Amino acid sequence: MTLFFAILFYAATLILVGGVAYRVYDYARTPAPLKIPTAPAPTTTSGVALRMFREVVFFESLFKANLWIWALGWLFHVGLALVLLRHLRYFTEPVNFIIAFIQPFGMYAGFAMAAGLAGLWARRFLVERIRYISTPSDHLMLALLLGIAVTGLLMKFVMHTDIVAVKAFFLGLMVFEINPLPEHPGLYLHLLMVALLMIIFPVSKLLHAPGLFFSPTRNQVDNAREVRHLAPWAAQLERKA
Amino acid sequence: MADTPVAVPPAPTSAPAKPTVKVKIEAPAFREYPTIPALRADAMIDPDPYVSSAAHNEALGFPGTLVDGWEQKAVAKMGELLGKYRSLKVYMDACVHCGACTDKCHYFIGTGNPKNMPVARQDLMRSVYRRYYTLPGKLFPKLVGARDMTKAVLDDWFRYYNQCSECRRCSVFCPYGIDTAEVTMAAKEIMDSVGVGHKYVNEIIAKVHKIGNNLGLPGPALENTLEGLEEDVLEDTGVAVKYPLDVKGAEVLLVTPSADFFAEPHVDSLIGYGKVFHAAGISWTLSSKASEAGNFGMFIGNYEQMQKIAMRVREAALELGVKRIVVGECGHAWRVAYSFWNTLTGVGAGANDPFAIELQKQLDPNYKQPSHICEVTWDLIQAGRLKFNKEANDHRIVTFHDSCNVARGSRMGDYAGGQFEIPRNVIKAVANHYVEMSPDTIREKTFCCGGGGGLLTDELLDLRVKGALPRMESLKHIVDHDGVNFMATICAICKAQFTKVLPYYGFKMSMVGGVHQLVSTAIVLSNEQ
Repeated sequence: MTLFFAILFYAATLILVGGVAYRVYDYARTPAPLKIPTAPAPTTTSGVALRMFREVVFFESLFKANLWIWALGWLFHVGLALVLLRHLRYFTEPVNFIIAFIQPFGMYAGFAMAAGLAGLWARRFLVERIRYISTPSDHLMLALLLGIAVTGLLMKFVMHTDIVAVKAFFLGLMVFEINPLPEHPGLYLHLLMVALLMIIFPVSKLLHAPGLFFSPTRNQVDNAREVRHLAPWAAQLERKA
Repeated sequence: MADTPVAVPPAPTSAPAKPTVKVKIEAPAFREYPTIPALRADAMIDPDPYVSSAAHNEALGFPGTLVDGWEQKAVAKMGELLGKYRSLKVYMDACVHCGACTDKCHYFIGTGNPKNMPVARQDLMRSVYRRYYTLPGKLFPKLVGARDMTKAVLDDWFRYYNQCSECRRCSVFCPYGIDTAEVTMAAKEIMDSVGVGHKYVNEIIAKVHKIGNNLGLPGPALENTLEGLEEDVLEDTGVAVKYPLDVKGAEVLLVTPSADFFAEPHVDSLIGYGKVFHAAGISWTLSSKASEAGNFGMFIGNYEQMQKIAMRVREAALELGVKRIVVGECGHAWRVAYSFWNTLTGVGAGANDPFAIELQKQLDPNYKQPSHICEVTWDLIQAGRLKFNKEANDHRIVTFHDSCNVARGSRMGDYAGGQFEIPRNVIKAVANHYVEMSPDTIREKTFCCGGGGGLLTDELLDLRVKGALPRMESLKHIVDHDGVNFMATICAICKAQFTKVLPYYGFKMSMVGGVHQLVSTAIVLSNEQ
């Protein structure tokens, strides 16, 4: 099993990093030929940075749209962010003091994450409009994330695993050494689902994370009259005309 | 009107329209509380949009009718667009089906049809994108909601992408800024490329190329109309206000929607522009070549068409040697002018290429190029160069309808949101009674009139009436509470659409008018100017 998980995590990491890097490259190389910021839009680059910051950190547009989705979504994402930060301690030695400091918060964040996910999933059943637009993969994605959260919480609070050995396993992977992974069904399940999430990231709606930064309606400066904005293919067209 | 019970649907009055659809068109009931409608599948059973004739498609360089092997060609065209438009590529991937947009579209609110939820409209294309351009869609289509490109899918596209007015209200609320208008435009571009065009829009674009404006008004007719206007204004005011055409060396070229030349209430705003220029002593001209500000190329998402249509303005400006280019009251035209003209034709500033510099060195850098007529009027008001008798508008209690393309696709003035403030400032400078509609229905949250995006056609009248519901509800509220009797707007499509649908909701069609119609009523003129 140790070998299986070692290979799985090398593969999953390669797919995640390579896949997302490729998608980001693909987004970056695709031109945005026209100025389409959703107005009112910032008129300076620093204004755009601030707009993007508000979107990424506070989900500003979603807040305007629907308080329920915003509250549940924000709870989940902030929970996930804290949980991820907390997990850094399994990949670093010595552990950074900030990561050490947030450990207790990260524990509660696990519950927040699970609660947010459960609420979002409930909406897919309870709200007619959202039921209509949900695909099987939307449900599976939530099941996967919730599964990761629940198995993680179980290991923390109910059926402990040898966390020192888990850390040795991952620190080992980072220097191409294979140390034994504890035999623990909860851990196996947790890691399996995490690896699956990493693998599907670059081919699924999880691309909303990098996608937001490339969304022309949010990342463009409103300066159409002051600066001539011309995509390479449009310039080509102009020369022909 | 104050005694009409809110929950009772007003009977259709003797509507001025002769609807071509056979089903009886009725306005939906005003809702006591604007709740989100329950889903009603196939709520729209009225006929589909009319398919463009071969002649009109071919005039634009599209195949006349549905081509052989269209499935592959449509998918290939989608691939081409995914490589040309970052918006489309990112928006196909980024949606998580969160549901934030589901209750934001006026057509969904009016019809309850689930396919009018922005995300569902996008998914009509996203499902095909997933099938052909993503690994999970190729391997497990059912799992991710991927579909083959079939005739049934194409029919859905034609119906529902012609039930989107590209107003971008959904993009305000999407956490990733996904803009359904970008998806709709791409879908229309793909459909045109395989020979399925919308009659109304393609016919109009063909007319612009052939005659110079959307209405097919030839040069001599234009000249007559303008002479008639001069006579009317002289008779009304005793002042000889000019409405010049093709005057070389004029300072300002005014480009305005062709509806301004003869449609009611549009023409009253054209009269107003002329009075403003007269009172400020600015020499100006219209152009018979660029006798249309509208640019339906945007509606079909076709860059080449949009550029070709916009080029007439550049050519007219160069030929006439004008120093400034000003755009009249037209929503989508202002979006194209403000956001796209610099890109398409070099009307703007800051270029470093010879094509754009040729024009930009001729234009006066002291003014925004192009300027909106409201910017011009507001600047003159601030400079004290216009005098008003505000009492002349005292019979009106005015509100302002933000037109979608102006509100969410452009700007006026030097600061974000100037497109909201400047028209309101102009109104308040010329009229004493002003009332705002509900905050959820104005500024960037404004609702489309229901007729934008190339849907202002009789066969879609039922949709247009239903799509106007949210705007009509907020109007109803201030009509009942504040006695509002005039809804000003700065869009030719809004004016035409409201003129037609207001009666279905029990309002007078004359309630709608232009901002410069109000200016025209109050402005003080003299012959010395």
